[in-house]
Amino acid sequence: MTMNDQPTIITSISKGRAWVFGDNINTDIIIPFRFKSRTNDPYEMAKYAMYGFDPDFHKKISKGDIVIAGRNFGGGSSREQAPVALKYAGISAVIAESFARIFYRNAFTIGLPALEIPEIKGKVNQGDEIKIDVTKFIAENIRTKETFHARKVPEFMRQMLLEGGLVEYYKKYKQFPWIQS
Amino acid sequence: MQTTSSSLQQQEKQDVSHIKNILDNKSLTFAEKVISIKNVETRNKKSQIISMAGDIVIVDVDLAMAQDSTGPLAIRSLNEMGIDKLHDPSKALLVIDHTFPAADEKVANLHALIRDFVSKHNCMKIEGSISHQHILEYLATPGMMILGADSHTCQAGCVSAFATGIGSTEIAAVWATGQLWLRVPETIKINLSGPFNKGVFARDLILDYIGKVGEDGANYKALEWKFSNDYVKRQFSMDSRACISNASMECGAKISVFPTDEITTKYLDENPRINNNMEGKIEIQPGNSAKYKDEFEIECDKIEPQVSGPDNIDKVHSIGELANVEIDQAFIGSSTNGRIEDLEIAAHMLKGRKVHKNTRCVVTPASVKVYEDAIRRGYVEIYLEAGAVFTNATCGACVGTHLGALGENEICISSSSRNFVGRMGALSSKVYLASPATVAASAIEGKIADPRRYL
Repeated sequence: MTMNDQPTIITSISKGRAWVFGDNINTDIIIPFRFKSRTNDPYEMAKYAMYGFDPDFHKKISKGDIVIAGRNFGGGSSREQAPVALKYAGISAVIAESFARIFYRNAFTIGLPALEIPEIKGKVNQGDEIKIDVTKFIAENIRTKETFHARKVPEFMRQMLLEGGLVEYYKKYKQFPWIQS
Repeated sequence: MQTTSSSLQQQEKQDVSHIKNILDNKSLTFAEKVISIKNVETRNKKSQIISMAGDIVIVDVDLAMAQDSTGPLAIRSLNEMGIDKLHDPSKALLVIDHTFPAADEKVANLHALIRDFVSKHNCMKIEGSISHQHILEYLATPGMMILGADSHTCQAGCVSAFATGIGSTEIAAVWATGQLWLRVPETIKINLSGPFNKGVFARDLILDYIGKVGEDGANYKALEWKFSNDYVKRQFSMDSRACISNASMECGAKISVFPTDEITTKYLDENPRINNNMEGKIEIQPGNSAKYKDEFEIECDKIEPQVSGPDNIDKVHSIGELANVEIDQAFIGSSTNGRIEDLEIAAHMLKGRKVHKNTRCVVTPASVKVYEDAIRRGYVEIYLEAGAVFTNATCGACVGTHLGALGENEICISSSSRNFVGRMGALSSKVYLASPATVAASAIEGKIADPRRYL
């Protein structure tokens, strides 16, 4: 995708091609420190998405593609630039067997759907078309017709995600989502 | 006036009494106690609200920190939300530590953004000490709720603070409101027993533990460290507790806490807090009948010097398995192992010796205070005479941003926090993690080496 495209914000149903990764894809792989610490521009961060796996990853993906990963996706640093880089590179969602704690919070905060599905292990091949429904937290492998239910999250996190993240939520409601009115 | 004053005193007595009830509750873990006290409902209702593992709770935050690689994004998010007033600037801390002093123009511009923000809002700022070490030296107290846009914020668990890492935009939300939601973590209790063998340190212990439980072995969990007796307790100085609490992040721990004891009290007496908050007087001990997710026994005398890596932290080896791996760089420093005891042991070993001709050795203290202590005790001179480079306090080499980055295919043994692919530089470089003693021995021999020969 070109850098001027708006990132994909899924608020309902979407389809994308799968990029399959293993366990322990940490935030240094997702975006190395020396790049993320030298910009405050999400489109610049996007140029280094998955740099530790392949420096040209951002050129190879198409808008809407989905990352499928094993255990402990996003471990290590607290860097919010990790989900931001993926989102602005064009990744529409991450599905993993499990997520590291801070990455998981950050993904919802910046509006990148993060679906925790332990059963996804071995069920998706590179390039499979995946359909996800963010309102219901469901993913489907179109090739195998298999449907997966993601771990549920508190309602305020779901609402925040559906608005495109914390900043967007706040701009709309002038309130943080966890504050019950 | 008299009436107001006495009703205020009455109110304070009630506050203290329900907090005391929580502190005395025998069935709560450390995490459950602190979150129960910090629960905004406890404050609003002026009564004892118990928060248990699994609950989602909005808490009052005592300190919210961001550093030079996470602060700019927090500032950006605040601006995008149109928030131009902080809830309490005295609880907001900005630290310029990761690429300090600025290594290039891009970094300098982001540092300037932080300085402008600090001047505008009048919040706390520190330049040139690593945030976690600064918080330990001057700010953290038992029972304090500390959130930081940096994963190693959990270090402050060494003084019984509830301290954990979150992202930039969430820090922005804390700056705006003084609050954030947290899920109360389940707790793993770790019982420590036995004496350390020669050449074995806190870092070896935590690497050994991570090797056993894996990189996500404590994901979402709290770790509570417990000493089997006073002898065991006394071998865990504040510096070694800080190392363990800090490195607990590498198995995903949300917090990693040591009990408040005489070592905590002595440390706080010798290092006065610069912020006055009443939490400093709280002593928090987990309840005897608290429910734990898991319990783990560590016998210190069963541990040998450990080396982790490359590429994953849970790939942990005993020193003998990796002896003779040749190295290009030996790094002693970082928030994990850049304290005065770390610099002391490595200086002791390097005294009168030389860094191997094929190896460079970089030493980076964790803070200005550690730097000053190292000068006063003569360690800096020892390092320079041995042929090492002694830098200012920064996260530089640990994150590969400056002052010790690695080139293609280079190998480094390091006391820093992580050995992930490309962490310290080129994607083809390799990082092994070990205690400062093992790093110093390796610097002398030019290959991964057993520290016991030099002790």
